[in-house]
Amino acid sequence: MIDEGLRSELSKQGVFTTTVGELYNWGRKNSIWPLNFGLACCAIEMIAASMARFDISRFGSEVFRPSPRQADLMIVAGTVTKKMAPQVVRLYNQMPEPKYVIAMGACAISGGPFKQGYNVLKGIDRYLPVDVHIPGCPPRPEALLHALITLQEKIAGQKLTGPERAPHLQEEAPSEYPIPDYGAYDLDPPKNPDVWQPPVLARKD
Amino acid sequence: METLDVIKTRAEAAVPGAQLALAPNGAVPAEASLVVDSAHAAAVARFLRDDPQLQLDYCSNVTGVDWLEASIKEKIKTRKLVDGVEKEVEETVEHKRPGHLEAVYHLYSMKLKHGPLVLRQRTANRVDQVRVASLTPVWRSAEFQEREAYDLFGIVFDGHPDLRRILMWDEFQDHPMRKDYVEPDDYEYEPTAHDDVLDKARRHYPVEEHP
Repeated sequence: MIDEGLRSELSKQGVFTTTVGELYNWGRKNSIWPLNFGLACCAIEMIAASMARFDISRFGSEVFRPSPRQADLMIVAGTVTKKMAPQVVRLYNQMPEPKYVIAMGACAISGGPFKQGYNVLKGIDRYLPVDVHIPGCPPRPEALLHALITLQEKIAGQKLTGPERAPHLQEEAPSEYPIPDYGAYDLDPPKNPDVWQPPVLARKD
Repeated sequence: METLDVIKTRAEAAVPGAQLALAPNGAVPAEASLVVDSAHAAAVARFLRDDPQLQLDYCSNVTGVDWLEASIKEKIKTRKLVDGVEKEVEETVEHKRPGHLEAVYHLYSMKLKHGPLVLRQRTANRVDQVRVASLTPVWRSAEFQEREAYDLFGIVFDGHPDLRRILMWDEFQDHPMRKDYVEPDDYEYEPTAHDDVLDKARRHYPVEEHP
């Protein structure tokens, strides 16, 4: 590996150095194609982020793909009802690696105002590995752009070799997650324990 | 539009055997509604749609109402002999209202630009006699909304072409908008619990014992 000081000295002299890993990640992080789907009002903000005023194409993510086979990023934009959750997991399973998930808005991260209701999933992170959570109801387009930049930083920092390499380069890392069945009151199972565990705490009052 | 009394009289004349009643509304607009028995509901609905003076050709809304069994207290003024003198006395009368489900239809006329006329059907009880007549054959727009009332309230619409759940999944048990619906105890940690949720939080995360 090249020394960081030498590298900055070289770049001042007009000599740019890079590594294959950096170049690879630079290409990946600047062409994250999202899956073209929205679930509720957060999708309106997602659409706004893709239009001229906020212009998600400045970050290379304007190519919303209508097919999960061509998408890198799933933006779960909106309320995930228990009826819709299996379809969301199925779409995720159909995406090729490497793939990432942004949970956008209060509903997608926790169930939001509908958390105590009978029909809303209490957060998509029960079934899918979420990379970035965005709070807000709905979050502003800037918040989505911030989440995208956060994801880009995460991708730029991913290693390509060694034991801590990116999940899509680990053969044993799961690429698909089990799709829940419809039960009498809730989904079966209500959560994927490999992905998410409820917080364990004792109340003090 | 004619008054409900006139409509009621004309509908009873047009549909022999129909038992119509007026349901008053205690709210400020005092918009009364027409209660129709399920056996003649379809015929009365056809009359309301086809009558030249009404032409209620548009059913904008169908919904369900769940009435639990309740005792209602009413104050009635009566004249009575008290100590040989006739006086006006206020009496409290209590009567029981049996529990029932109600399907409510809001009808408008696009042609004559009037409405709404509120039409109601009532079931006999909330448990096993929950059937009313479907008005989808009269107003096609009622199809999905009757399915919704079936899904969430459990009102069974006889004569509906495709009565399935519409919002909940097919395997779902129970009807979640009923007032006695008991939700499953699937509480998880809530950072800002209050009211009912706080009770649940106390139950699930009991108070820590400090020595």
